[in-house]
Amino acid sequence: MHRAQTSITDVSIEWPSVQDVFQTMTFQAGYNTSVVLAGTTLLGVAAGIVGAFALLRKRALMGDALSHATLPGIAMAFIVATLFGVAGKSLLILLPGAAITGVLAIVATQFIIRQTRLSEDTAIGVSLSVFFGAGVVLLSYVQNMSSGDQAGLATFIYGQTAAMNVRDVFLMGTIALIAIIAAVALLKEFALVCFDEDFAAVQGWPVTFIDLVMMTLVVLVTVVGLQAVGLILVVAMLIIPPAAARFWTERLGRMTIIAGIIGGASGYIGASASALLPRLPAGSVIVLAAGVVFFLSLTFAPRRGVVANLSRAARLRLKIAQDHMLLEILHKDLQHSEATEGASVSIGSIRKRRSWSLIEATLIAYSLQRRGLLRKSGNAVSLTEEGQDAATRVARTRRLWEQYLVQYADVAPSHVDWSADLVEHVLSPEMVTRLERSLERAKRPAAPVAEGAA
Amino acid sequence: MSPGLTEFMSLDFPALLAVVLASVSCGLLGNFLVLRRMSLMGDAIAHAVLPGLVLAFLVTAAFGYPEHARDPLLMMGGAALSGIVTVVLVELIQRLGKVEKGAAMGVAFSVMFALGVLLLEQAAARQVDLDADCVLYGQLESVMWLPTDPTASYFSWSGIAEMPRQVSTLAFIAFAVIIFTTLFYKELRIAAFDPGLGKTLGFRPQVMHYALMIFVAAAAVAAFEAVGSILVIALLICPAATARLLTDRYFTQIGLTVIIAIIASVGGYMLGTRGPLWIGLDQSVNAAGMVTVTLGGLLAMAIFFSPSHGIIARSMRRFRLSVSVAREDLLGLLYRLEEHGAPGMPRRQVAAAVGPWLAAQVASRRASQRGEVNSRNGLVELTAKGRTIAQSLIRSHRLWESYLVDVLGLRPDHVHDTAMRLEHVRDAQTGSRLMPRVEATIDPHDRPIPSNGPSAPAPTANDDAKSDGHA
Repeated sequence: MHRAQTSITDVSIEWPSVQDVFQTMTFQAGYNTSVVLAGTTLLGVAAGIVGAFALLRKRALMGDALSHATLPGIAMAFIVATLFGVAGKSLLILLPGAAITGVLAIVATQFIIRQTRLSEDTAIGVSLSVFFGAGVVLLSYVQNMSSGDQAGLATFIYGQTAAMNVRDVFLMGTIALIAIIAAVALLKEFALVCFDEDFAAVQGWPVTFIDLVMMTLVVLVTVVGLQAVGLILVVAMLIIPPAAARFWTERLGRMTIIAGIIGGASGYIGASASALLPRLPAGSVIVLAAGVVFFLSLTFAPRRGVVANLSRAARLRLKIAQDHMLLEILHKDLQHSEATEGASVSIGSIRKRRSWSLIEATLIAYSLQRRGLLRKSGNAVSLTEEGQDAATRVARTRRLWEQYLVQYADVAPSHVDWSADLVEHVLSPEMVTRLERSLERAKRPAAPVAEGAA
Repeated sequence: MSPGLTEFMSLDFPALLAVVLASVSCGLLGNFLVLRRMSLMGDAIAHAVLPGLVLAFLVTAAFGYPEHARDPLLMMGGAALSGIVTVVLVELIQRLGKVEKGAAMGVAFSVMFALGVLLLEQAAARQVDLDADCVLYGQLESVMWLPTDPTASYFSWSGIAEMPRQVSTLAFIAFAVIIFTTLFYKELRIAAFDPGLGKTLGFRPQVMHYALMIFVAAAAVAAFEAVGSILVIALLICPAATARLLTDRYFTQIGLTVIIAIIASVGGYMLGTRGPLWIGLDQSVNAAGMVTVTLGGLLAMAIFFSPSHGIIARSMRRFRLSVSVAREDLLGLLYRLEEHGAPGMPRRQVAAAVGPWLAAQVASRRASQRGEVNSRNGLVELTAKGRTIAQSLIRSHRLWESYLVDVLGLRPDHVHDTAMRLEHVRDAQTGSRLMPRVEATIDPHDRPIPSNGPSAPAPTANDDAKSDGHA
C-alpha cells in the first residue's frame, strides 16, 4: 500500500470552472447531460408530489419495503429475459419485474399486519430484509451467468446517473410526468382519503380504488427512480421533500406544490453536481440536498420551525416575567403609601422575592422600560402612569381568576395562587369580562331574579 | 488431516462461525427491538452506521495509520457514534418538528446513509479498501482461516490466535451482548414491556434504550464486514418475530430467538454454498443472502404453522367452534320440529339449515357419532341423549329471549337472532344468574321454556299455528 497516497490532502479534486457550472446548470453542457438533468429534476418533482400523499397517509416507510424489494424483481426479470434470449438490460424488461416484487412485498407486509400479532414496523422490516436478501442471492447468481451483459445490474442499488442512456431518461421523464398529472388531477380525491377515510367511504367515494391509484403512483415513482437514485435511497425522495414542505404550510395544495419544488430542486442539484464533480453519486447528493432543505425548514420555518417555537416560548416567558415584576412593584407601592403614585422600589428587593438573577431582573426591567411602563432612577424603579394601569390590570385578572377557581372549579383556596399564576397570562380580555360578570352575578343575592319576575 | 477437512476448517468453518456469532448477537438484541416496536430502528441504525464507519477509516488514513484502519475498536467507536447520532436525530426531528415517527426515521437514516455513500466514494479514491456492495451483503466467502502451520494448528492456541479478524471481532461482540442481556435481564424486560413502570421503579428505561442502541450499532458494525448490513437487519428482526409467533413467555422468546437464528444461519449458509450444486447448478450463491431467505422461510412457516398463533391453528380453532355451534343449532332445530309434531328432518336439508356447508356436514356427522341424532328412513331425528341437550339449549335460548324482552326491554320480534348467538352460553353460573331475573315459564313468543331436569317429558306434538318461525 502506498502510504503517501492515503493522505487526504493528496487527492486533489479538480474543481470545475464557473463556466462549466453555468453551462451544466443551464442545460448547455451537451445533449446527454441536459437530458439526464431534466429527467432527474422531473423525477424529483414527481416524487415530492406523490410522496406528500404517502406521508399524510402514514405510509412513509412502506415505500422503504417497496424499494428494497425491487431488487429480486430486477434480477429475476434479467434471468428470465436472458433465458428467452432477449437482451435483459432494457428498462422495459427490468422495471416491470421490479414493480412486481415491490408490490408483492407490500402485499406480504399487509398480510403480516392483518393476519398475525406482529406490529407494522416488524412487518415492514421483515419484508424489506427478506426480499432484499432474495435479491442478493439472485444477483450473485446473475453475476456468474455466462451472458456477460449483467455488469450494470448492481447500479440499481446505489443508482448511477452516468449509466443512464437517453432512452431510459425519456421513459423516466414520461412516467414522472404521468404521475404528476395524475396526482394533480386527483388532488381532491387523495385529500379526502388522506384526511378522513371513513368520511370519504360514507360519501360513496371508492376509497379502495383511490388508495390503489395512490399506491400505484408510489410504485411507479419508486421503480422509475431506481436507476437515478438507487433502491436504498429512492424512498428518501418520497419522504424528505414532503416532510420538509409540511413545515411551511397547513394546506394540502400548497404542501404538494412545495414538496414538488423541493424534490425537483434536489434532483436538479444532485444530477448537476454528479455531472460536474467526479465521485459524487447523484443519489446521495440528491438525498443530502433534500436533507439540507429539511433541516433548514425544521429550523427556520415561520410557524412550525424550531426557532419560531423557541422565540414564541421566550416571548411568553418574558411576558409572564414582566407581569410578575409589575405585580411586585405594585405590591411594594401599596405597602409603602397608597397615595404617592410612583414610589421607587429597588430591584434587589424584587429579585429576592422572585429569585431572579441580577441579569434576568435587569433585562425584565429594561424591557418594561422600553414599553414605557417603568421609570428607572439609579438602582430603583417605579411605575409610570401606564405602568400603574398595566399592573392593576394584571392584579385584577389574577384576582378574578383566583376567585373563579375557588367558586366554580372547587379548588382549595390554599392552592389557588399557584395555578392562577400560570393561567392569568393566557386569559383573553373577553374571558376576563365574562368571568367578571359571572362573579358579579354569583355575589349578588337572588333578589334581582325576583325583581325581574315581578 | 484429510484435504476435505482442511478445506472445511479453512473456508467453511470460519464463515459459519462468523454467521452464527452474528446471529446470536443480533438475535438477542432484536428481541428488545421487536418487543418495543422499534424494529425499524434496527433497520435505520444498520443503514446509518455507514458514515461513522467510513469516517473512522478516513481519519485513520488521514493521520497516516492505514494499517489501523480496520481496528475493531475504532470501527466500533465510529459506528456507535453514528448510531447514537441517528437515534438522537430521529428523536429531535420527531419532537421538535412534530414529524410522524416513520417519516422522522426515514429522513434521518436516509440522510445518514447518503452521507455514508458519499464518503465511501471519497474513501475509494484514497485506496481505502472498502466496497459499497460489501457493506450491504458482506463478503462471507472471503472469511478464511489460514494458520501458518495448517497441518497441526487448527486446534492449537496459535492457530486459534490466527482466526480471521472478522470472526474475533464478532466473538467479542457476541460475548459482550450475552453479558449485557444477562446482567440487565430484568431491566431490559421492564423497559420492553412497561417503560413507564420502569421509570417509576427507578430503572431508567432511557439509559437502557441508549445502551441497547449502542449495542445494536456495534453489532451491526461487527457483522457488516462478514455478513453485510442487510443480513444484520434480517437477524435483528426475523428471529425475534418468529419467536414472537411461537410463545408468550419472555424467557422462551429469548431462547427460541437464539435457536432460530442459529438454525437459519447454519441452514442458510449450507443452502447458499452447497444448495445450487445439489440442484445441478455449477456455482454457489451469496450465503448471507441465503441466510436472510432462510430466516424469511422460517418466519413464513411460523406465520402459518405456529401451534398457538399460526394462521392454520387459528382457523382450525374457529372451524371447531363453528362446528360445535352448528351441531347445537341442529339439535335445537330438531327439538323445535318435534314441538311442531314433525317426525324429523330430511337428511338432505340438514346441511342447508345450520350454517356453512362444511361446518354443517361435519356437525351432523359428529352429532350422529355421539349418539345425539338418529337417521331413519332418510329422516334425522333426536335420540334421548340428544333431546336432553337440545332441551337445555332451547331452555337457554328462551331464557335469553325472556331476559332480552323483560329486563332489557327489547321488542319480542327483535330478540331471536341475538338469542341464537347467546344460547350457546350455557355455563352454570350464567344460568343461575339469568334464572332469577326471568320468572317466566313461557317465552315472549308463547313457547314453553323447558325445565332444567332430565325429568321433563319429551315435548308432545303440540298445538296450534302459533309458530311464527321465531320460537
